[in-house]
Amino acid sequence: MVLSGTAICLGEDIDTDVIIAGRYLRTKDRSLWAAHALEDLDPTLADRLSGTVIVAGKNFGCGSSREQAPVALKGAGVVAVVAPSFARIFFRNAINVGLPLLEAGGVSCEEGAPVQVSVEEGWVETGGVRTKAAPLSERMNEILAAGGLVEYWRMRR
Amino acid sequence: MSTLAEDILGAPAGSYIDREVDRAFVHDGTGVLTREAWLAMGHGTIAHPERCSVIFDHIVPANNSTTAHLQHELREFAREKGMQFYEGGCGICHQVMGEGNTLPGEIIVGADSHSCTGGAFGAFSTGIGATEMAAIWLSGSTWFKVPSSIGIALEGNLPNNCEAKDVALRYIRMLGMDGGTYKALEFIGDGAKGLTIDSRMVLSNMAVEAGAKAGLFAADKTTKEYLSGFGHSIDVHPPQENTSYEQELSIDLSGMEPLLAVPHRVDTVVPVKEKEGLALDQVFIGTCTNGRYEDLETLAAGVKGQTVQVRTILAPASRRVLERATQSGVLQTILEAGIIVLPPGCGPCLGAHMGVLGEGEVGLSTANRNFKNRMGVGAEYYLSSVATAAASAIHGVITVPGGN
Repeated sequence: MVLSGTAICLGEDIDTDVIIAGRYLRTKDRSLWAAHALEDLDPTLADRLSGTVIVAGKNFGCGSSREQAPVALKGAGVVAVVAPSFARIFFRNAINVGLPLLEAGGVSCEEGAPVQVSVEEGWVETGGVRTKAAPLSERMNEILAAGGLVEYWRMRR
Repeated sequence: MSTLAEDILGAPAGSYIDREVDRAFVHDGTGVLTREAWLAMGHGTIAHPERCSVIFDHIVPANNSTTAHLQHELREFAREKGMQFYEGGCGICHQVMGEGNTLPGEIIVGADSHSCTGGAFGAFSTGIGATEMAAIWLSGSTWFKVPSSIGIALEGNLPNNCEAKDVALRYIRMLGMDGGTYKALEFIGDGAKGLTIDSRMVLSNMAVEAGAKAGLFAADKTTKEYLSGFGHSIDVHPPQENTSYEQELSIDLSGMEPLLAVPHRVDTVVPVKEKEGLALDQVFIGTCTNGRYEDLETLAAGVKGQTVQVRTILAPASRRVLERATQSGVLQTILEAGIIVLPPGCGPCLGAHMGVLGEGEVGLSTANRNFKNRMGVGAEYYLSSVATAAASAIHGVITVPGGN
């Protein structure tokens, strides 16, 4: 499946405290996390995330294990995240909550430009350039195809 | 020869494997989402409740009725399902796990990034997220990609004014915040063998700040002796020789000096002397990095007979630590210096309550993260050893410990 969005360009080492601050964690209200996504980086970003593909620098999602981070991005309408590398817990969490990630280096990002990605085929395309992304394991593809780990297990009841 | 990570996981680096986990723990923060995900999965079963722990440490006691309600639901759930439940005040999950609940060779997962702390005991202990933990409650197992390992050879002995925390900041500076991503760190060499369990836990704990999946020490005589204090009798095997690491770093402990991570990155590390004299609004000692008994002893030694010149907060890592400090007199020394003592737990580390900084304030902390706004919106946080924190608390400004 090919996913499309417009590019949001972010830097390196975007940590989970920046993605969703600790002060918003004590709730089960997922819309609150989406409303405050990336607030400490730019308070106006959360409202502009719908339909975007985040193209970030290395080590995206470093820091705490908080799953609210990928949930916030997904809830805010982020289609996929592209980065040369991801922090490993964030990587697993994103797959588990059904947020597509593409590990691809050298993707040039122009704010607002169209970006297309295919997780199954492992590529990112923007500005007329297609870049290969690292393939996911078979299990990760199954989880993502199910829409996340909750759905994966629901289907196996 | 194989690495310690490969030995414990039983497969070569790069393999995808499924493994049953020996122990799985959540805290009051991640446990809420884990329970939600487990309910949504709709199976209604828990494979091995006796292997699952719920440890309240992040916001204890609850700061408001929303938190209290979420904790109430999780507490009732844990008890009903027959999980090991630790009420707020027992301690930080990683410390509780380290008090006889982590054994060499085990595979342990925690829904918290600092779950790598258990590597100090020669267990493969790593952090995962809440939904994945829910699947582990349900099935008892999960998948791993066996990591390659970076060997960190420690040689020599630390100078008097340095401690394990300085070594942790040193290796993070060397590796950078992502230098260990998808990898295990393995601490080797005579310098590693000479460290106490409390100190090993500091080095293992901070592995995740370099992006690593685990921070491992081979179990040895020190591990055996420590665990025997909790009624465990373990076998110690001689460590593998000629292990092939993907990368090897070497740190000469005798050449170390006290270090500081400056805002807002853990890998921007400078000698404390470069920032000496910087005025502080708060000093915080504690966390899963530096709230252990050894740390309280260091703090007491640093403040003995003096009074802190800046708001200073201590949160012991566990009740056991607090009890020991009470019995030995270490706590009395700390109290006499004018330090605020919080209940055992995470304290202000995650910026949720009890010691959050205000805009424009500058803090020094023995924690593991100084990310922007983490411990207070608009505040700046420096990270250091306990000895540096104690000396700085006494002077009210960043101070090199040991009177240098």
